[in-house]
Parts: sequence; C-alpha cells; structure tokens
Amino acid sequence: MISQDIAEAVLREAKRKGSTEADLALVENELVTVQVRLGEVETIRSAREVGLGLRLFFGKRSATSSTSDLSKESLARLVEDTSVLAKVTAHDEFSGLPSVGECARSFPELHLYDSDGEALPVKERIARAKEAEAAALAYDPRITNSEGADFASNLYRIIYGSSHGFLGEYRGSTFSLAVTPIALFNGAMQRDYWYSYARKLSKLESAEAIGRRAAERTIRRLGGRKIHTQEVPVVFDPETAASLMRILCSAVSGPSLYRGASFLIDRLGDRIAPEIVSVYDDGTIPGYLGSKPFDGEGLPTRRNAVLENGVLRSYLLDTYSARKLKLAPTGNAARGVGDVPTVGPTNFFLQAGQYDPAEIIRSVDSGLYVTELIGPGVNLVTGDYSRGAVGFWIEKGELAYPVEEITVAGNLKEMLLGIEMVGNDLTFRNSVVAPTLKIRRMTVAGH
Amino acid sequence: MTTQLVKPERFFLEKFGLTERHLERGLGAALGAQIDYADLYFEYRISEALSLEEGMIKRASKNISQGAGVRALAGEKTGYAFSDEISVQNLELAGSRAKAVAERAGAGISPPVKVGGSPRHDLYPVRVQPIEIPVEKKIDLLQRIDAIARKEDPRIVQVMGSFASEYKIVLVATSAGVMIGDIQPLSRLNITCIAQEGDNRQMGTCGGGGRAEFEFFLEDGRFERYAKEAARLAIVNLSAADAPAGTTDVVLGPGWPGVLLHEAIGHGLEGDFNRKKTSAFTDRIGQRVASELVTVVDDGTIPSRRGSLNMDDEGTPTGRTVLIDRGILQGYLQDRLNARLMGMKPTGNGRRESYAYQPMPRMTNTFMLAGDSTPEEIIASVKRGLYAVTFGGGQVDITSGKFVFSASEAYLIENGKITRPVKGATLIGHGPEVLTRVSMVGDDLKLDEGIGTCGKDGQLVPVGVGLPTIKIEGLTVGGTEGLNKAESFLQ
Repeated sequence: MISQDIAEAVLREAKRKGSTEADLALVENELVTVQVRLGEVETIRSAREVGLGLRLFFGKRSATSSTSDLSKESLARLVEDTSVLAKVTAHDEFSGLPSVGECARSFPELHLYDSDGEALPVKERIARAKEAEAAALAYDPRITNSEGADFASNLYRIIYGSSHGFLGEYRGSTFSLAVTPIALFNGAMQRDYWYSYARKLSKLESAEAIGRRAAERTIRRLGGRKIHTQEVPVVFDPETAASLMRILCSAVSGPSLYRGASFLIDRLGDRIAPEIVSVYDDGTIPGYLGSKPFDGEGLPTRRNAVLENGVLRSYLLDTYSARKLKLAPTGNAARGVGDVPTVGPTNFFLQAGQYDPAEIIRSVDSGLYVTELIGPGVNLVTGDYSRGAVGFWIEKGELAYPVEEITVAGNLKEMLLGIEMVGNDLTFRNSVVAPTLKIRRMTVAGH
Repeated sequence: MTTQLVKPERFFLEKFGLTERHLERGLGAALGAQIDYADLYFEYRISEALSLEEGMIKRASKNISQGAGVRALAGEKTGYAFSDEISVQNLELAGSRAKAVAERAGAGISPPVKVGGSPRHDLYPVRVQPIEIPVEKKIDLLQRIDAIARKEDPRIVQVMGSFASEYKIVLVATSAGVMIGDIQPLSRLNITCIAQEGDNRQMGTCGGGGRAEFEFFLEDGRFERYAKEAARLAIVNLSAADAPAGTTDVVLGPGWPGVLLHEAIGHGLEGDFNRKKTSAFTDRIGQRVASELVTVVDDGTIPSRRGSLNMDDEGTPTGRTVLIDRGILQGYLQDRLNARLMGMKPTGNGRRESYAYQPMPRMTNTFMLAGDSTPEEIIASVKRGLYAVTFGGGQVDITSGKFVFSASEAYLIENGKITRPVKGATLIGHGPEVLTRVSMVGDDLKLDEGIGTCGKDGQLVPVGVGLPTIKIEGLTVGGTEGLNKAESFLQ
C-alpha cells in the first residue's frame, strides 16, 4: 500500500543524503481484466501493483529512479543509488523543481473516482463482456468469429510530493468494454472493433450498443477494394481524426520543441490552420478521462488554448521545457513511475464545428473517408505523413464501397492548413479526441 | 554483485525467503480438479538508462521491478494473477484467484517441485553484466558519439544518444514439476541526429545492441559506425525528393528491412490467432504463400542476439522454427496453451513483457535465408523502382493480412542504377500474397543491429529480424509525388 508517510520518509532520506531538491510520485493500481471469447470466459487477470518514481537534484544535476519494492531497505538503497547517478549527470542550468508559488494550493473536486463502480463483481463483468460479444455475433450471419470482448477496470491512487513541501493525492477510476468481431465473406476475413471508456461505470455505453456498433463497423469493411493512385479530399472519422490530434500533441510538446524535433518550432503566434480550427488542452473538466487536479510536478492543471481560430497560441510544457524555451509551464508535466518525467496532454481536443458528418461526406464528389490508420509513418521533424489506411470511397457525396491496402500521404503543415470542414460530432470518449475532419487534398496511393 | 555466479532458483529462494515447499503451496493453490496446468513466474529486473542531448548527459535513471505471476489453465480458460510483493501469502492468494477463473470447486493438489533445471542453451554467457559497468564509461561512450556525429558534417545541429541496459532474472516453476530459470542481459545504444540546412530539417537514427557485454559496442568500431550512420542518414534526407505514390518494383536492402517478414508473415503465424482462426493464414499450412526462392525461419537460439533466449517465459527451450520452406507454409509459433489446444508442440515462443502479464506466442529472431543473386544483380534488374534500405517500423492487421512498414531511407532505381534519395514512405501489402512476388533473393543475409521491440496486446518484447537483399515485383508505395510522375512507375 502506498501512503503519504512513505512519500515523506523518502523525501527526508533524500535530504539526509544531501539532495538539494527532490520529488516523487507514488502510484497504486488495482487492475481487473476479464476476456470472453465465443461466449466463454477466456482470461481473468487481476492484480494490485504499486510503484514509486523518484527524482533527486544535487544543485543543477539530477537523476530519476523507480521501484516496485516499497520496503524500507529497498527505498533507502534507491535513494542512495539515485544520488550516485545524479552526481554523474551534467550541470544543467534549466533543471530543478517549479517554484513553491507555482504549485497547486487547493485541489478542485474533479469527480475522477467512481465509488459505485468500484465493487462491481467479476460475475457482472463477465456478463457484460458476454452480452457485448453476443450482440456482435447476433448482428449478421457474416459475423462468424470473434477476437473476444474485454471488460477492464483500473482503480488508482496517485500521491505526489516534493521537497518544497507540496504533498497531494487523488484517486481515479477507469472502466472499459471493447469487442472485436470477425466477419467472413467470399473467403476474406475482416475485423473491426468498438469500445467505450469512461471514469464511471454508469457512463459506459451499453454492452449491446457496443457489440452492435462493433459488428456494423466490421460488416461494412467486407469486400474492400484497392483504388488507383490519386489526389483527393480526405475525410477522417472521429477515431482517425483523434490520431491526428495525438501527433499534433507530440509536435507541441516542450521536449520535441527544445530538441528541434518538431515541425512546429518557433511558430507561436503564427496561423497554422484555418480559422475554423481551435484546439484546447483542458485538465480541469470534471469527470473527463484526461482530467487531474495537478500535474506531475504539482502545478494546477488548467485550460490551455493550443490553437485559437487557426493561430498557434500555446505549447504544452513542464517546468524544464518551459525554462528551456523561456516560456511559462502549462501544467502538462507527466509522471509515470518507470519513466523519466516528461510532458503529456490532459483532455486534448479539437473543438466541434458546425457540420453534420453526413454533410461533410456529401460535400465530397470523389474522395476517401478514413476509418482506420496503421503503421508509424509520421516524421515529426519534417511533418511528412504517410500511413496505411482503411475506409470507404466517396462517390458523389455517398460512401460507395470499402477500400483497403492503400496509403494516405501528405505533410502535416499542409494538412493542418487544408482542414476545410469540422464536424459537430465531438465526444469525449478518450482523453485525446476530435470530431470528423475534412482535409482539402492528400495523396492516396493504391494501384 | 557477482552476477555470473547467481543461480536463478537460489536467487529467488534466498532473496524472498521462499522454499520449494512454498512454491508447491503456490502451485497447489492454483491447481484443482479441473485445472490442466499451473505455473509460477518470478522476475527481478534492474534497468539503467543514460541519455545525452545538447552535448550533455541530461538524464540518468535506474529502475527496479520485481514480482511474481501465477497462472492456472483449464481448457481454453486462463486465470492470471500477479503481485509485486513476493511472499508465500501472495503466491497462495494469487494461485487461488487464478484457479477461481477456471472452476468453482476442487481441492488443490500439491505437485512436487524440483530445483535444479537449467536451460538447454547458454546463448549469452557474459562475464560482466553491462549494467554493472561503471556509469562513467557509458557517459564517455555517449560523449564520444556526440563528438563523432557532429564532426561528420557541420549541418548536424542536434545529437541525441541513449544507452540502456538491463539485467533480468526469471524463474518458472510448473505443475509438471519443472523449475527452471535464466539470467538475461540486454543492452541497447541509440543515436538520433538532426541536420539543418536553411529551413530544411531532417532526422537520422541508428543504433544496436543485444544480450552481450558492454565491449560489444566498442568492438569492430560499432559505436563509431552507429554515430556516423545516424549523421549520414540525416544528411542524405536533406536532399531527398518526394517519394513516389503508386505501385512499383521494390528492392529491400539487407538487415532491418526484414521487418517486412515480421509484419507480413510472423504475426499471422502466431499460434493464438490460428487456434482462434482469426489470422489471414488460418488453415493454410502446406499451401504456397511465397515464391520458391523464399525460406523464412524464426530462431531464438542465435548467440547474443536481442531476440534470442535460452528459454521462453514458460521455461520451454527456444528453437528454430521453419515458417516457410521454399515458398510453402510450414508451421506456427507456439506457447504451451495454444500448442496444447491445437495438438502441437510448444516451439519456445511463449513470451511476456513482465510478471504483470501472461505469456503468449511471440517471435524471437525472424529472417529469410540467403539466395543466390548478388545485390548488384538485383538492382541492375530493375528498370524503375524503389530501393528501400532503412525502416522505421511496421504494423499488421492480422485478420485481413494487410500490413505496412515505413521506410526512412530510400532511393529511386532508374535503368538499373540507384539515382536520387527520396523521402521516407509507407509501403503496404497483403501478407499471404506479398512474398509470392519475390523474384530475386540476395546472397547477403544480414540480421538487424539489435534495436527491434515488438508490441502485441500492449506487451512489448525485444525481437530481431533479418533479410538478404530482395526484389518484390509490384508493391504499393505511399509517397506524395504527383500522379503524372507516379504513372510512369506503373509497369
């Protein structure tokens, strides 16, 4: 079990070893995953895991460490080992904790934890997974197989403390239900999936709805064709548009910027997208998946306008990258136990526009509607973008037939500027989300 | 710590005060009347990472993780529970939780557990674990790399280097009475350079590693080569034109482009997908899936390789599995569960990221055997096409068989000659069919430098790939170069 006492004891030990500043994160997860397949339970995985991530500063030198062993002896050794390591790193004038004044002084109640859902019996989890899969299997006779359905939950607790005297704690919960059916037609198989993910059990989509949606998405992929290479308008559905947001998020993250590893360096204040595009990062929205009361360095989370009416207004920064870039931190320090402290989004989203998704598709005479992207294919330094795609060919404003084994390519700088229509279908079903987006022109490669 | 003398079973039994009887109690708790098989998996891992950027060692980190997982198998059901506190109480608790999945009643039977099994192989006998090498030596290595890369070209404006090493001790005790352990060293050096010319910024990455001693990086000028290669790639890309879009002949260079096999073939031949009949390769054993020039193997027994293991994470010795023999599909990669359910033998491919996960079939080192053509002949045979030599990574949709892999260094071939560099692009194809269009296989088989990490169901494991130079007739290349120019590519 983690506790504030452990946090305080480790910080005291760090001071005793001569560290000038120190901070740490203690994390406890209670995980349960239930997998069913073809109506039978396949796997149940359960565990409680704990971890501590420590960062020590000796003047302007620092090192980090982590352990899953919270015994007294192990923690004393960890402080010792980290001290040794910190002394060999370089003097870095930008390193150090945020100032005391920047840290959160009160913690808003963000409704991140579901005390009603916490005790959901395993039997009930199995039943929900079975129901979702059954709904998918019953949807169409061409759904012949399944990769199964998963019900997963995590009840977590996070404590963050620093030698400045900051000590904060919060709890959170997540629940998810996902189904992956398989359809067979004319000797070719297709799979697709649907899922629901929420902080509260009561906010999950119904098992039946998830199963039906998964089946519908799978069936519509049957009979996919390859198309000829051409330049056309491309419509990204909300799931694939969210993947563009994840890339944007990396491109505006402090570490990518000060390393010169982003196509958006030195662009603050510039127009990088049309006026219809506004992107926010907001960690303060109660009950949302990316919300938290304070970031990985104890700074209050807040609402950052990343793009406002197409103009790049803010990067996402932790204390270190903010100092490097001569800007102020934005409350986006991310702290995992085993990872080096870095920058991450909270709720990162492209604001909904005015168009119904059907209207967006209707606006395309000949083009591509993308529903899945695979492969790495993104060069953050240059913005070059080339990924495998699955989706539908749009003919005269209608989805005409499924397409596969094609790629979509362009450059992210031009893709952002080329956003022509923004859908009204934004839903916060994950922490990084977007509505349907239409990009004026991209290269689609096939035959 | 004199790690070379550590015996995995003694390590865990002494460190956590456990005895063979305790292990039997853990297994006993997991076993019941309807349980086919149970096992315990213990893991202790120390890792260290150092990274350099802007000429400074900015980050140093050390991570320690330890824990145990208990698994109970009954038919197709798996119960898995793990704890990061290794104690007899937790083993029993995890064991009974795991059992509860598969059945409701039945008394536990304690199986006898014997100490002293050791893996058949000894593929990475290191004298000194890389993690025990003084940190100053690793820092010195990174600083030398920084200097070498910057000296390559004044246009190199940023060098990022990292050295990561880990030391992992694992122990498996099974209800079949086997107890077997392994000590697994692993290290990796990675270098990324950014080159700038005016507004044009480009990146190049190179690295390598394996289950070897620290000296591996100093031998044969390896670290100098990685540094120069990362710098060269960034510089080459400064002059790269847009990649073609459309279908064209593709020549893949030797080594890391073997990621093609990993995506197009390897995942689709993992036992779990084939037992569930969700793979595009389902029920295709004995059928032709490649040209007769193509033989592909998965071999976990190559000394010192990143993808190699003395035993898999279920205690089965690793082996060499022929996946495709002269174009004909031969076999699957199996863990215990899927092998048993399919009436086959485990192949030593049951792997897991850590004690927090149950094992599943995974690749080790996957590569194509060499053919007869010289690389020069292969390139000379192509009128117009793409020569792709360095790749980022790839991904596959196992069910439809569609896969992609992304080139980060590529050139045009025009009239049998390599001409201009083009920007990286994604290549896309259909797994069960792409290798039927392999029309030439080179005599220059090379394994990658030891940088691969494979992700499946959220679990990451180190793997290797390898390839000789090969020619594939007609592969879709996802560049942006205009349609008119691309059309001249159609043959």
